[in-house]
Amino acid sequence: MSVTIRALMGACALGALGTAALAETTITVATVNNGDMIRMQGLMDAFYEAHPDIKVEWVTLEENVLRQRVTQDVATKGGQFDVMTIGTYEVPIWGERGWLVSLDDLPESYDADDILPAIRGGLTVDDHLYAAPFYGESSMVMYRKDLMEAAGLEMPEAPTWDFIKEAAAAMTDKAGEVYGICLRGKAGWGENMAFLTAMSNSYGARWFDMDWKPQFDSEAWKATLTDYLDLMNNYGPPGASSNGFNENLALFQSGKCGMWIDATVAASFVTNPTDSTVADKVGFALAPDNGLGKRGNWLWAWNLGIPAGTQKEDAAKTFVEWATSKEYLALVAEKEGWANVPPGTRTSLYENPEYLEAAPFAQMTLDSINAADPQHPTVDEVPYVGVQFVAIPEFQGLGTAVGQQFSAALAGQVTAEQALQSAQMLTEREMMKAGYIK
Amino acid sequence: MARNVTNRRKAVVTVLAWLVGLAIFFPILWIFILSFKSEGDAIKTPFEVLGSAWTFESYATVQERSNYFRHFWNSVVISVGSTLIGLLIAIPAAWAMAFVPGKRTKDVLMWMLSTKMLPPVGVLVPIYLLFRNLGLLDTRLGLVIVLTLINLPIIVWMLYTYFKEIPGEILEAARMDGASLKNELIHVLTPMAVPGIASTLLLNIILAWNEAFWTLNLTAAKAAPLTAFIASYSSPEGLFYAKLSAASTMAIAPILIMGWFSQKQLVRGLTFGAVK
Amino acid sequence: MATKASRAAARLMISPAVLLLLGWMIVPLSMTLYFSFLRYNLLMPGMEEFTGWTNYRFFLTDPAFTAALWNTLLLVGGVLLITTVGGTLLALLMDQPFWGQGIVRILVIAPFFVMPTVSALVWKNMFMNPVNGLFAHVAKFFGLQPYDFLAQAPLGSIIFIVSWQWLPFATLILLTALQSLDQEQLEAAEMDGAGALSRFFYIMLPHLARAITVVILIQTIFLLSVFAEILVTTNGGPGVASTNLTYLIYMQSLLQFDVGGGSAGGVVAIILANIVAIFLMRMIGKNLEA
Repeated sequence: MSVTIRALMGACALGALGTAALAETTITVATVNNGDMIRMQGLMDAFYEAHPDIKVEWVTLEENVLRQRVTQDVATKGGQFDVMTIGTYEVPIWGERGWLVSLDDLPESYDADDILPAIRGGLTVDDHLYAAPFYGESSMVMYRKDLMEAAGLEMPEAPTWDFIKEAAAAMTDKAGEVYGICLRGKAGWGENMAFLTAMSNSYGARWFDMDWKPQFDSEAWKATLTDYLDLMNNYGPPGASSNGFNENLALFQSGKCGMWIDATVAASFVTNPTDSTVADKVGFALAPDNGLGKRGNWLWAWNLGIPAGTQKEDAAKTFVEWATSKEYLALVAEKEGWANVPPGTRTSLYENPEYLEAAPFAQMTLDSINAADPQHPTVDEVPYVGVQFVAIPEFQGLGTAVGQQFSAALAGQVTAEQALQSAQMLTEREMMKAGYIK
Repeated sequence: MARNVTNRRKAVVTVLAWLVGLAIFFPILWIFILSFKSEGDAIKTPFEVLGSAWTFESYATVQERSNYFRHFWNSVVISVGSTLIGLLIAIPAAWAMAFVPGKRTKDVLMWMLSTKMLPPVGVLVPIYLLFRNLGLLDTRLGLVIVLTLINLPIIVWMLYTYFKEIPGEILEAARMDGASLKNELIHVLTPMAVPGIASTLLLNIILAWNEAFWTLNLTAAKAAPLTAFIASYSSPEGLFYAKLSAASTMAIAPILIMGWFSQKQLVRGLTFGAVK
Repeated sequence: MATKASRAAARLMISPAVLLLLGWMIVPLSMTLYFSFLRYNLLMPGMEEFTGWTNYRFFLTDPAFTAALWNTLLLVGGVLLITTVGGTLLALLMDQPFWGQGIVRILVIAPFFVMPTVSALVWKNMFMNPVNGLFAHVAKFFGLQPYDFLAQAPLGSIIFIVSWQWLPFATLILLTALQSLDQEQLEAAEMDGAGALSRFFYIMLPHLARAITVVILIQTIFLLSVFAEILVTTNGGPGVASTNLTYLIYMQSLLQFDVGGGSAGGVVAIILANIVAIFLMRMIGKNLEA
């Protein structure tokens, strides 16, 4: 018996030891498992050299799980994380609730004015900056130049959806496992709904009218979904209803997609010869439109924010400042080359000739980011902010539930009409429950 | 075993059993193979995969990216700790239920089991708030407590059914000899109960090792076990089969090896009173 | 048989386990019950207010609720069917003498040691993925169109994955039970001219009945709350095709952060689980008596 007890006490003592603070400050950083973030984990030596008194613990999670974990933690003031990686959707909502430490007092050398205005605007609430962007993105068309040529077509700088359809048909070779177009199909407000909402903007559709009435019964949404399903069923890869960003990236890198409309950050991955079998054959174009004045591109940034109430605010700030600084960009450039620098956050990067030289997609990225307008996302007026999302707390649940419906339509379980009908119904229900509509 | 078995029949059974065994084991074998391939090779057709070069690349990457040994150690402490505490609480209870059964013993037992049917997602937020107030978030102690509680019913029940197999006459005899309750427990019962306790211990270490809901939701960095380690490889960018295979192999290997080595002990008590 | 003193001692020995479990049940349960009557969204702190039955009304009238209920039943029933039938067959096979018994047993029990998350990830990516998965490669080898398991048969695929994990458990218990069967009885039956089938149905199956009940009870406990497999493979979709009750509650309380709605769902699930529990306990209780 006594052996057991001793073992138990040992176990408890070990547990206690784990929580005992060391002389240095240890901060816990929750992050998403995207390439740029993982690259940073490999470059931490430089940070430790400059700040030997700070130690960083990483918690790397998949996007959906990350979002659930950090939201739960910040809302309950659990205090498990000192720095959180959050999106442009969370920052305004959290900032408004006082859940984030404002970053107004960053030093002069950080040069906050250098942050791209479109991105910075999304992170600011009442003139306070609540998070620092790590990378920013819009979406654009990535395509295989060789396949386009073989199909006898030429990609315009600013294609229309009709052209995309034509090109997808021409490039598809199912026997050879080349699919004309790869798009997101995995359900989730940040997965298929990011793409579809952005696409619907170019069709003139909107989530809500000015009275917060859901608009899925509109013709514009019907046209959006029908065209999307047409494209994917005829020219898309099998299993598309479970493909998100990462799955499509793997497909494109292994040469199985003719075109892929997705995040601009993907550009550096698909042109990287070590990971991509098609690195030297990729071309870029703006996201398609329908001649209505809006393009189907989104605006997103992954940002580092500090939850209010952390005991280690200073260390956390030091880290955030370092990770989003110009110096960090230079560090990545030095170690991994300019093409691998996290894009889309700083004006100076797009004025740097070395970067423009190394990154053929730089101008296209900047143009796409600047073309997005979170205040006026679509053709008609809307009561909300956000291009591919609606910045209300209920949206995560709503977006995902609607995404499930559209994903089911892609899998062929329901028709487009049924999916839209269910979407309309469940959105009405939720908005009623939340008290937006009576 | 006086059954006459022709060699021919034995050969047929052998082939069949091996085929089934290999089919069931194949997924594990396959990730083991993929973990030694490069990312580019890992997505190829099976023949190409087998023919391609072997490499430790993925293990190196995983090792570089995560602190495997800390996760591993957390898993060990949490699963072993919760199992030992669970046994400490369960052995007396099961003993009493088996040897001094009352009218309500069975009801208590069934009630205990029914607590295991509560959906954990339904009570996560309350537990999270509670743990925050008690300062137990992201501590191994917190996880030990939770896992002890969720596995306790299984431990009690397993021990109870095992103890019940122990013939009561032996205890009677011991009592006749004037053994006290304490002596009865330590000298008579314990040796007989060891196989059952060993088996319960093993099964619970396995269950605790593989528990993925609470361990993932109540930890961040410091106390995160291997279930959290694997979560960070679930859907990374680009090609990831080889890295995922390497991480999976590293996560399941310790428990798999332990299970294989102790399978005799595990099986011996894994009857839940089903064998008479 | 037992004395008064030993009864008191027994009570003392049981009480720590009972009290701990009681606490573990009552504290979160009462909090859940309380939350379920509040309008309580984590993202809107300070707005909590009493709403009566609203959360229950919305949860029970949610079209996804019926689907989830049905899926839960199918999932539990499907896995139970596959593992008990498959486990019995496998146990019968492994009870025969053959070369390499020890090694085959090791191979067969291996899946039981694999974490649910790992097994789901591996099946999803390395096997069922319609482009790079092994099944797709095999299909293409035979000139067939790869089948998209997780989109076309999401629930079936999940049942398959979960069954793979639980088959070893069932096999082990049933094999142990089979090995305790009196060989002489079997031989006597064989002498009397009973065929293999009737030997199985009249001697082996009754002997296995108790082991099968145990398998069903233990597995049901774990299968009612299957979660990781769904989260990793299908996220409950497409649509709600593979959403079970546990996953539905997860979506309510942790994706929408609607703690009130999620708690109402939790209470409903607890009530349903208890109905299943009572039903099962009746069954097993009778069997344990025997």
